[in-house]
Amino acid sequence: MIRTFSYIDVMYLIAAARWTLALTATAFAGSAVLGLLLAIARISPIAPLRWITATYIHIVQGTPLLVWLFLIFFGLPFVGISVNPWLAAALAFSIYGSAFLGEIWRGALISIARTQWEAGASLGLSMYEQLRHVIVPQSIRVAIPPTVGFLVQLIKNTSLAATIGLVELTREGQLTAAGTYKPFAVYITVACIYFAMCFPLTQWSRSLERKLDVAR
Amino acid sequence: MSLVEIAAISKSYGTVEVLKNVSLSVAKGEVVAVIGRSGSGKSTMLRCVNGLEPIQAGSISVDGVRVNDPKTNLRKLRQEVGIVFQSFNLFPHLSVCDNITLAPRVVKKQAPEAAREVAREVLRRVGLEDKLDSFPSQLSGGQQQRVAIARSLAMKPKLMLFDEVTSALDPELTGEVLKVLESVAQEGMTMILVTHEMGFARRFGSRVVFMHEGRIHEEGQAAAVLAEPKTPELQTFLSAVLH
Repeated sequence: MIRTFSYIDVMYLIAAARWTLALTATAFAGSAVLGLLLAIARISPIAPLRWITATYIHIVQGTPLLVWLFLIFFGLPFVGISVNPWLAAALAFSIYGSAFLGEIWRGALISIARTQWEAGASLGLSMYEQLRHVIVPQSIRVAIPPTVGFLVQLIKNTSLAATIGLVELTREGQLTAAGTYKPFAVYITVACIYFAMCFPLTQWSRSLERKLDVAR
Repeated sequence: MSLVEIAAISKSYGTVEVLKNVSLSVAKGEVVAVIGRSGSGKSTMLRCVNGLEPIQAGSISVDGVRVNDPKTNLRKLRQEVGIVFQSFNLFPHLSVCDNITLAPRVVKKQAPEAAREVAREVLRRVGLEDKLDSFPSQLSGGQQQRVAIARSLAMKPKLMLFDEVTSALDPELTGEVLKVLESVAQEGMTMILVTHEMGFARRFGSRVVFMHEGRIHEEGQAAAVLAEPKTPELQTFLSAVLH
């Protein structure tokens, strides 16, 4: 039974985009918490901590996100841990995102001159206090543009969650395409909705880059 | 008893030995000027005193506390030993007031209002009271360096180290920083300065230490050493910097 692709389907797609945004927000929060810990561990004076986190980052960056998604969603039940699609997606995206944000933020932290650390240390600040009051506030301006860029990647990559049955924008698009048999029109609409979410962020990131560069 | 006791320290970067068996003791209230060519190890020695650079042999103690002892709380030691750098190293994202009060507030747990009062007082001493709420980028190099000195003074250190603090400044600005150094010296602060300002060393230094190839080559009472250098190396150095 084939229905037509109508205005109401477009509304459904837009409604499904909120799950894309919800997944992005969850994944970004998870990535940010893990990523911050990774970034700090990567510049820590404790060598084993640096090696472990570097290994983690290499492994995650060297494997496809889709494989992580499948590993968690299809793999974990086989070792006795059952996960719903939401939890699986949140976990997989957080693991993936943390490796990238961790590297972006590490880069921002090490872009601050060593003399700033020295100035802080010479005043008796602990490493944590140097980070908290001297290094992090200065590196935020360096970190914001690539972080927003990463957020755009994340929004697009959440479409992979469609493969484990999470009904976000892409999955809703698949269902609509199957029901209406108008894949071209449906996926164009899906693409437009993604674009509407990503483009403003890209522009914002560009303008931040320009602004922060000029201020330096 | 001396405030700073550097005893037979050696330091290498890889296979390059930058400090070779250096010993120096500095009494309370002394102003010691360390001179020498670049690469002679003078800045490195200074940075060893507050533990910014580790040493491979020998020992350093400040006010009886061993700097190169893993058990020593370096944070505590550094509250007593101020250092001012060639490139100022102010925190660019903080106002002058916050630059000065950060460590008193965070490390010494001073109340913000009390810390601000201290900032006002130390800025008065360096002649920049009106710059309390400026940002480093709004100040000239000389003013930035005076703020850096004020930031160090705010911790009320027992000893202050100065690492070529006028080398990044043009002559005009050098004068204003030297004036601040003079007043700090006259207040009785114990100071070790790595410097190229021979005039300052002569007038305010109680002692001059000449470093050459990682060793203390010659030292003595400032005016005497500068007027009548004994070793040919110091003679060559002095005639090069004075002409």
